[in-house]
Amino acid sequence: MTAGFSSVRLVDVSRHFGRRRAVSRVSFTVERGDILGLLGPNGAGKSTLIGMMATLVAPTSGTISYPGASASTGADIRDRIGVLAHELFLYPELTARQNLTFFARLYGVAHHLAVDAALEAAGLSDRADDPILSFSRGMRQRLALERALLHGPSLLLLDEPFTGLDDRAVGLVSKRLRDLASGGAMIVLATHDLDLADGLISRMTVVQNGRLLADSAVSEGVRQRYRAIIGGG
Amino acid sequence: MFVRTALLVLKKDVAIELRSYEILSTTLFFAVACVAIFSFAFVKEGQAAEDAAAGILWIAIAFSGTLALGRTFERERYGETLKALLLAPAPRPAIYLGKLLGIVALMFATEVLLVPMVAFLFNAALFGRPLLMTLLLLLGTTGYAAVGTLFAAMLVRARTRDVLLPILLYPITIPVIIAGVRGTSALLEPTPDEALVVLWISLLAFFDVVFVTLSLWTFEPLMTE
Repeated sequence: MTAGFSSVRLVDVSRHFGRRRAVSRVSFTVERGDILGLLGPNGAGKSTLIGMMATLVAPTSGTISYPGASASTGADIRDRIGVLAHELFLYPELTARQNLTFFARLYGVAHHLAVDAALEAAGLSDRADDPILSFSRGMRQRLALERALLHGPSLLLLDEPFTGLDDRAVGLVSKRLRDLASGGAMIVLATHDLDLADGLISRMTVVQNGRLLADSAVSEGVRQRYRAIIGGG
Repeated sequence: MFVRTALLVLKKDVAIELRSYEILSTTLFFAVACVAIFSFAFVKEGQAAEDAAAGILWIAIAFSGTLALGRTFERERYGETLKALLLAPAPRPAIYLGKLLGIVALMFATEVLLVPMVAFLFNAALFGRPLLMTLLLLLGTTGYAAVGTLFAAMLVRARTRDVLLPILLYPITIPVIIAGVRGTSALLEPTPDEALVVLWISLLAFFDVVFVTLSLWTFEPLMTE
């Protein structure tokens, strides 16, 4: 889990889409063991920042570096990154096992062991051979999280990972994230749900209109601090 | 790694299609309907209009190919799985190649029904020189799909993708369609001009090399926002 790069550094990163500035001169660093809460209202630039860290979106200016990465090419960096977004990145026509096997092979992971372990972790071993079309949103979300973790990424980027999950599933996912962070993974969690972020994230980075408003350590009282930074809310 | 990734993407696309036959059945239905409608217009008293068969065959291939391209990438849009493919540590051009192979396989499967149907309805000797005809179809389909796969992938996020795909695709693939039609026409002459057919096949091979190389080269920068 801890092989790969040791931190992610964003320095003066900007991204413009035409005349619209989605992200403007944002700088922060994610270290091993961090669960960084990327917080902000709709349109703040959270998903664009996640996209840039995932190498899907190229910054207009500024740099994103991955110190400790064995190589600087996109494919080598992507090998150490796991992404879970609101969209699940799964093929609904295929079974849970087929989905995980496909992605395990794509990431060059020894697929039999990894797939069985992922199905176990998602609590879906008994539904492994069912098409995921027949799964509930919560089951799909758990499977999607395990898909993102198949290759043991150093950096896990999560964009609204709790969407559609019931309380029990939220608890399980939160515990999984804490375990990963204590194992040395870096986690960036973009969410609107401040109650869920409270007690889970170790740092809060607040963005609004593409600009960084705050970046500090936090353990509790996320909502109060967020309100104080953003105002109202 | 490159070939392995391309084959993995192809295998995945085949596995999905085998679960539903959705794209193959709709593409086949569309192609058959297209040829049947043209046959009503161009076949009178059992006699087809001169040179109609070649044009209609390639129009049906192009139209049904556009349908297959649109549906294949619609699948990747649902659940944003194209993004998941781009996030993998695999070479991104290999993902393009895998998708291209899948589209070519789908279009070729359609042509297996389409060619005998055109031959029958238009009384065209499409099987007179099977090797040359197969080469024309294979190279023409590859050239068309090479450009189509790149554009369909680029347009996945566009709201008007269904309209934009044919608007962008048809003008650029005109050389492929012309070479396919002229090559097939030459094959359908009472005495087929093999030298002319080989010339059109060579041109198609040239287009394929150019289109596939350009697409492999531009896929990664075009897919990075």
